[in-house]
Amino acid sequence: MPDNASALQLVLTGDPALVAIVQLALIVSLSAVLFAAVIGVPLGALIALTSFRGRDAVIVLLNTMMGLPPVVIGLAVYLLLSRSGPLGAWGLLFTPQAMVIAQTILVTPIIAALARQTIEDLWTEYRDELAAMSVGPLRRVTTLIWDARFSLVTALLAGFGRAAAEVGAVIIVGGNIDGFTRTMTTAIALETSKGNLPLAIGLGLVLIAIVLAVNAMAWAMRRAAERLAG
Amino acid sequence: MTAGDLPIRFAAVTIEAGTVALLDNVSLALERGAPTVLIGPNGAGKTTLLRAAMGLLAPTRGSITWDGGAQAPPTRRAIVFQRPTMLRRSAVANLRFALAAAGVPRPQHAAATARLLTLVGLEHAAERPARRLSAGEQQRLALARALARDPAVLFLDEPTASLDPASTKAIEDVIRAVSLDGIKVVLATHDLGEARRLAGDVVLLHRGRIVEAAPAATFFGRPGTEEGRKFLAGELLV
Amino acid sequence: MMRRSLAIAAAVLFAFAASAAAQTKSIVVASTTSTQDSGLFGYLLPLFKARTGIEVKVVALGTGQALDTARRGDADVVFVHAKSEELKFLAQGFGVKRYPVMYNDFVLVGPHDDPAGIKGSVDIVAALKTLQARKASFISRGDRSGTHIAELKLWKEAGIDISSEKGAWYKSIGQGMGAALNTAAASGGYVLSDRGTWLSFRNKSDLVIVVEGDKRLFNQYGVMLVNPAKYPSVKKELGQQFIDWLVSREGQQAIAGYKIDGEQLFFPDAADPDA
Repeated sequence: MPDNASALQLVLTGDPALVAIVQLALIVSLSAVLFAAVIGVPLGALIALTSFRGRDAVIVLLNTMMGLPPVVIGLAVYLLLSRSGPLGAWGLLFTPQAMVIAQTILVTPIIAALARQTIEDLWTEYRDELAAMSVGPLRRVTTLIWDARFSLVTALLAGFGRAAAEVGAVIIVGGNIDGFTRTMTTAIALETSKGNLPLAIGLGLVLIAIVLAVNAMAWAMRRAAERLAG
Repeated sequence: MTAGDLPIRFAAVTIEAGTVALLDNVSLALERGAPTVLIGPNGAGKTTLLRAAMGLLAPTRGSITWDGGAQAPPTRRAIVFQRPTMLRRSAVANLRFALAAAGVPRPQHAAATARLLTLVGLEHAAERPARRLSAGEQQRLALARALARDPAVLFLDEPTASLDPASTKAIEDVIRAVSLDGIKVVLATHDLGEARRLAGDVVLLHRGRIVEAAPAATFFGRPGTEEGRKFLAGELLV
Repeated sequence: MMRRSLAIAAAVLFAFAASAAAQTKSIVVASTTSTQDSGLFGYLLPLFKARTGIEVKVVALGTGQALDTARRGDADVVFVHAKSEELKFLAQGFGVKRYPVMYNDFVLVGPHDDPAGIKGSVDIVAALKTLQARKASFISRGDRSGTHIAELKLWKEAGIDISSEKGAWYKSIGQGMGAALNTAAASGGYVLSDRGTWLSFRNKSDLVIVVEGDKRLFNQYGVMLVNPAKYPSVKKELGQQFIDWLVSREGQQAIAGYKIDGEQLFFPDAADPDA
């Protein structure tokens, strides 16, 4: 990315380095949200619908993990994936895959905690009727997840927002390698450290615009679907 | 119609919640035939009795049997709660859900939902989000949902409590129709008029106990207990 | 909806696996933020790739961190500028051989109005002594980088025990060169910087070079292959190709050819036996 261009110029001319950075940021964060949803929604549903010893402690723990510092997660994943770490043989350090792993760990508690709350609230509403219709446990879970889907999507968007905005995890496990593991946030950090403040701010605005666009699309989809389903 | 659920027998059933006895030493039999109507003041135990007979509440003491056996999953029993919860989907989707839960194969859903919607007079509202229906319409949908299970026994907890006369009549017509069709109806109500209109048998509950249980004609003609008399006269029971 | 999301998930996973498998030859080089911020890699690496087809992935950290990354086996080559640390690295058995590559120099920058009155001096040690005497605001990287280590050596030469001086005037921020320069620019402080980062820094504000040219500000770069005996996963052939190219005539000329605003930043000296 040319140092003396403004972010607007880069956007308008479709600067390939900027495009690559945006693409990587979206792929990494969206993938992380996807994996986190696959893990987090059933996990949240499970906690919501089963009673077991220590349930309250688990819920408190889950809620706490929503606030895990990204840089700490990055460090933990780094030590895991380092060649001298337990998973070093996988050779994943300093790759986009490592970034997805770190962000998945970051986002899963958020989605699980919000899913748990959403599903528990709906379960309280649906409990009697589902029992009266002798709905089995598996079908209970799928019914609740389906009927709560809009609130769950909001949970996913919360996760995406967190992932797209963080820099601590991805910079440690990704290494901010030019053209390979550089995302929007790590590029902003880099340009800031080079003193390229106007460009850094411009990139920040581009990032906000992207997250805004994702949220706007999700909202539009939700309104359309709500109209159909009520 | 086979009835693996009837008769439902309560043998000295007590159901406690904490220190309070919701049902206290209740013995009764719900047999095939005309509707059984439960009446009594608030907190008398009508809802508890309905839930227990449905199989949703276990007795603290005593036993409940369905056709002589211990409770099986309530496939041929259905209940309409006092404030039914609509699933967040369209009216017809609610019915389809109930049909699926009752094990009705998919290809039969279209015919079944059409029949049920017509029965409760909701054909015009089939695709509407169920939560946007009026109170009366929701009650009718809940009734249709219960009937989707092809029940042998239908429990209704004050189904017309908050409805206007027109909706009340609509629901009562359906109840009468299904009862004539052979479904055993067990209905709790506040409305003595409704009790008179629908009851084959009357059970008067007070403070978790059965005060009087008699055929409707007997009870309304000449109540056998002091409380029965008072209740019919509209006096407070203590 | 379920089915569609599963299809998307599968596609993403596949794309990942595919990209992981798509092997361009590549190596990971642990280097320093100052080298990266100078823009040298942006200039050199495409030349190397054109010559050999090898993709060089630079992870830019402080010198200390870069060497630690190599010690953990997470890089194939390490390219930093702190000879004493590099020799220690070798002695510990983590590197194969150290090759000198180039040097640049450090400059002391400070506010234009020079509150400590040291502008124009060619004696860095005297200048630092003056800074300490006048308690002039000084920003240190404090991050075990090559620059930081060089800075500490200079304080030592000035006879100042700088670790006991941390206070209102000496601020150790634990960050990279750019951050240190930003901080100095924002707070009117003095800071030791490598010339490369300084020249390409875009937020100079009212900072200027106040001391330069002292031989003790000389900053030597060395490159080492991480020892494959310790980490068999090290790409030793590709890594050695990179090293060989850096010290070759072509590489050395390329280094000399890198200029900012017409000024040469790095001076190749692979041939110098004492470097």
